Amino acid sequence: MSRAAAVVGVGQTHHRSRRTDVSMPGLVREAALRALEDAGLGFADIDAVVLGKAPDLFEGVAMPDLFLADALGARGKPLLRVHTAGSVGGSTAIVAASHVRSGAFRRVLALAWEKQSESNATWALTVGQPFSASLVVGAGGYFAPFIRAYIERSGAPGHVGWAVAAKDRRNALGNPYAHLRMPGITPEAVAASPMLWEPLRYLETCPSSDGACAMVIGDAGAARAAPGPPAWIRGAAVRSEPIAFAGRDAVDPRAGRDCAADVYAQAGVADPRRDIDTAEVYVPFSWYEPMWLENLGFAEPGRGWRLTEEGATAPDGDTPWNRSGGVLSTNPIGASGLIRFAEAAQQVRGRAEGHQVEGARTALGHAYGAGAQFFAMWIVGSEGP
Amino acid sequence: MPTDPEPTGPAPTGPEPAAPGPADPEPLIGTHGVAFPGGYTRSTGPVIGRFLTELRDGRLVGVRTASGRVLVPPTEYDPLDGSPVTGDHPGVGPAGTVQTWCWVAEPRPRHPFDRPFAWAAVLLDGADTAMLHALDMGEAAGAEPPRALRAGLRVRPRLRPEAERTGAVTDIACFRPEVTEVRDTGRLDYTVRADPALARYLDAQTEGRILGSRARSGAVYVPPREVDPADGTPVTEEVELPPTGTLTTFSVNHVPDPRAPEVPFVTGYVRLDGADVDLLALVSGVDPARVRPGMRVRAEWLPPEERSRTRPSIRWFVPDPPPDPLREPAPEQEER
Repeated sequence: MSRAAAVVGVGQTHHRSRRTDVSMPGLVREAALRALEDAGLGFADIDAVVLGKAPDLFEGVAMPDLFLADALGARGKPLLRVHTAGSVGGSTAIVAASHVRSGAFRRVLALAWEKQSESNATWALTVGQPFSASLVVGAGGYFAPFIRAYIERSGAPGHVGWAVAAKDRRNALGNPYAHLRMPGITPEAVAASPMLWEPLRYLETCPSSDGACAMVIGDAGAARAAPGPPAWIRGAAVRSEPIAFAGRDAVDPRAGRDCAADVYAQAGVADPRRDIDTAEVYVPFSWYEPMWLENLGFAEPGRGWRLTEEGATAPDGDTPWNRSGGVLSTNPIGASGLIRFAEAAQQVRGRAEGHQVEGARTALGHAYGAGAQFFAMWIVGSEGP
Repeated sequence: MPTDPEPTGPAPTGPEPAAPGPADPEPLIGTHGVAFPGGYTRSTGPVIGRFLTELRDGRLVGVRTASGRVLVPPTEYDPLDGSPVTGDHPGVGPAGTVQTWCWVAEPRPRHPFDRPFAWAAVLLDGADTAMLHALDMGEAAGAEPPRALRAGLRVRPRLRPEAERTGAVTDIACFRPEVTEVRDTGRLDYTVRADPALARYLDAQTEGRILGSRARSGAVYVPPREVDPADGTPVTEEVELPPTGTLTTFSVNHVPDPRAPEVPFVTGYVRLDGADVDLLALVSGVDPARVRPGMRVRAEWLPPEERSRTRPSIRWFVPDPPPDPLREPAPEQEER
């Protein structure tokens, strides 16, 4: 096992459809400066910077790490860019954590961002490739067939998706940084919204957001010196798999199961539903809550939807999921994974304010990307090693 | 100063008389313009004169009142209490903030633009009163006010070139929004070479054949692969697959796409008979509400003259055998 590492500072922007009031450097600095302030540090105290964002086609900026190096105080320091599609925010946190756990660096700034309003993510994810005739329209068009397959396989009733969509939007009302604010949302309103990709309706899909999130990850000495409580990183893991191979289960990917098993073993989690107080899980489309409940071992295969239906993942349930409002409420794609990891850290730091899960001591942060091919997970705790 | 007559609108017309007769002739209507030759001479006085003189030099100034407020455009007195203003002419602007506005969708002939624009009350930075001027929201603006036009919009004046300035408020041609974005029209052009397996796959499709490949593990891939994605071993055995298979799962897309024939359209994963991976394809020839996982499907080919080695020649998959509308009543729309 490696050295101890902890989150000592967290910052994020207020996420909106269009942050036209700031440039890309301005956007990332907003999050970075808040994280540094939370950690009681300045750029001079940072030993290395890790930057994550989703495909370059989203903003049309190639090599954003070079573009943003000086804005993030990285002049003369190691700077690494991470890209694992939608899971990149999670992978970014894990690379930064590895920097510290390896002993090579004492304080690392992890930052991830997306400014979706610069173009259109559905265009960027749909743009044609030569010699093919792909007819997948956006991420929703890609995932809808696998959601249908999950419903066929599990026999889940349609209202489960509507319930997740309404729950996560209600949760967002307690989060001052969340993008969507829909105080009156109900499962019935979700069910009445237009059909996009059957079985997904408009309100069962994530928004497009501009935003950034940053974390300062430090070693044990940095954690002791920090002004606020640290979130100790108890386990961190990534896994990947090809988009298509013989025997692949795209509904319940093995990479996700293996990643969860790894991170649980590191953190000493035997039963995730019992041992994890709250989870921030990448749910960009409503049905991915029951699907990931099973993939992450919170429920037996085919029974994830029953946990959602029984309210187990609601704020007053025994395993609250996405208390911050999740990806369904806030989706600056590249940052969405890092926000999950950061919100998990804020829960065990007792810093989640209006969406705090009382007494949370152990939390899971999760992200997935591309065709459910890339998985990143960490478990953070209030207790040090 | 205006010297040409304001054009009048069309002559007003009254209600048609029920039965026009000789006692009720056509009304006699003409136009009449009045303009003093050369225009009236307006003395500016010292305060407005200073404002216009500075404006001709490209500077914006106001005047400070005894109470400390800055009036722009200036007057010789404080309009609130009539007291004389001070001799202080502080610089203001050039940027300002729109306080309120009126959208002019159909400009009049003497308006400063022949396309839609706004009249706006602009509070210049450092001023306490707003000035009225034309606001240019760009050539793309139409009959509806642009979304960007709102109270609080930051604007700057566009001055006429120095040689054209005369010391009039029209030395400011108009205001326009501050620069908040630039448009990046960059483009990347690639030369793409298909891998040999894909080239053979597309060539065979122009002949109506579907190629796959068998990996060392025995798994059959379609399209054929150079290496097995599961373990990285090279794949050398090519196989031919039938144009029939089973629909594994699918989505009914309600989001329009230029590549799709209509909305809604069905994209499905087809497991060709003998293959171990799915082919992503359109599904057609069936009401989307009747599509079911497990359905038997058959490839429908483009006509030979439309086939090209640059793209797949399978147009879409259709039910196999075709659905019989008399034997299969349309199911209830399922809410899932």
